[in-house]
Amino acid sequence: MNLQIVLDTLPAFLEGALLTLQITFVSVAIGLVCAVPLAILRVSRNPLIAWPVYGFTFFFRGTPLLVQLFLVYYGAGQFSDSLDAVGLWTFFRDPWFCGVFTLTLNTAAYTVEILRGGIQAVPHGEVEAARAFGMSGTKLYTRIVLPKAGRIALPAYTNEVIFLLQATSLVSLITLMDITGVASRVAARSFAYYELYLTAAVFYLVIVYALQGVFRRLEHRLSGHLRARPDSEGAAAPAAEPAPPTLRG
Amino acid sequence: MRKLTLALAAAAAVGLAASAASAEIDQPVRIGTEGAYAPFNFIDENGNLQGFDVDIARALCDAAGFECEFVIQDWDGIIPGLLAEKYDAIVASMSITDERKQVVDFTDKYYQTPARFVAADGSGHSIVEGDAPAAVGNVDEIAFDTDGLDGKVVGVQSATIHEAFLQDNLSDVVEIRSYGSQEEANLDLVSGRVDLLLADSVVLDEGFLKTESGEGFGFVGPGFTDQRWFGTGAGIAIRKGEDELREAFNAAIDQIRADGTYQEINDKYFDFDVYGAE
Repeated sequence: MNLQIVLDTLPAFLEGALLTLQITFVSVAIGLVCAVPLAILRVSRNPLIAWPVYGFTFFFRGTPLLVQLFLVYYGAGQFSDSLDAVGLWTFFRDPWFCGVFTLTLNTAAYTVEILRGGIQAVPHGEVEAARAFGMSGTKLYTRIVLPKAGRIALPAYTNEVIFLLQATSLVSLITLMDITGVASRVAARSFAYYELYLTAAVFYLVIVYALQGVFRRLEHRLSGHLRARPDSEGAAAPAAEPAPPTLRG
Repeated sequence: MRKLTLALAAAAAVGLAASAASAEIDQPVRIGTEGAYAPFNFIDENGNLQGFDVDIARALCDAAGFECEFVIQDWDGIIPGLLAEKYDAIVASMSITDERKQVVDFTDKYYQTPARFVAADGSGHSIVEGDAPAAVGNVDEIAFDTDGLDGKVVGVQSATIHEAFLQDNLSDVVEIRSYGSQEEANLDLVSGRVDLLLADSVVLDEGFLKTESGEGFGFVGPGFTDQRWFGTGAGIAIRKGEDELREAFNAAIDQIRADGTYQEINDKYFDFDVYGAE
């Protein structure tokens, strides 16, 4: 074990970790914002609305992320003149943009399907009750369907965010110096592959651990109505927390 | 008749010598190469491994009496692959450097060419200040044109001596972008994502400038041969301590240099001598 090389590389690793976090958060945030309306369109009974969304999710879930990344990065490079003509080359010239663009579309596609599952799992009775109260359209979705669907989908969505964080390691292949990029650049010169990739792994573990903590708190908050109230008799039995079915590994 | 017998006897003797040499070395000898570094090693349109390295490796195997087979491995994992015994020798235009010598052993060089920058024609990059010599053997004797290069983006293949050279000499001046293969770096010069490339001059000339996509681009600045980064040429890397294999390759290099096989392969790919100084 060459610990000195790990210590020497720590500042570069921290910079890389910042880039990894930045790419993850930007992609997750934009991806989620895109996914919510798309998921609603996805469950539409009108095939003209549902099918294009299905096509989008099918493409991005059906092809490897690395292929998508190279398609966007080198594909855009091949058409730089045409992109320049419409003013888009400024964006696609930048590897950071290409990385975030691809990861955003990819996570949006997965999130659409996760949310679709959540929407379809909303008990029919709740929707019927809402309709009986005269809710429909936007009100029905924002008050009843989406909050419920979000709670149902949250464990699976946690998985998706963690997967995306790990998937950001691929951006090192389009010249971005994220955690993995730093590890491979330094390892190439020092040949300390074991030490440096182990350090990279530890960085990812720490970030994933923090992410899990955040989502666990969120799940806890959102399931308050399912737990026994402190002042009720159920409070006597400790740890009466009914664990909602979770997909998290 | 006597001539024929003599020839047969000689052939038998050579065969014996060859098998004697190879008896100590496990057969087949597996040669690791990259296959993405034209014209030295590349996959042609029919999917066959081709190139100067590949022909040299075949000639060396013939000369040493080895049975050889090729293993294709991406560049950044090529030394770990050797250490993990996925193959026994690397014939992939690997420059002999002190950094690498700490992990692997090298044979004598089998060629040596300088590193050069490439930019779009008319870009006006001068790389070094003042009148530059054609070849820079010691970067301490020249000054980089830091004003002209400031903020420029330089594409380079990762895990190469060229990347190390940029990191050590220009990391404060230019933005270095590292690519998995030279071809990817070339693509990004054409698309305009990078302003300059630094790589082996022959690789850039044959693999890029002379191709269709290389039109409108050319060499800028001098050639760099500083031994501290660029070593003493390209050699065959083998695991440390496998001296028999190294000696067998060294003898084979001498033999193909002497019997004209090297010249033949040289002329097949280049119109100049790639061996460099003796």
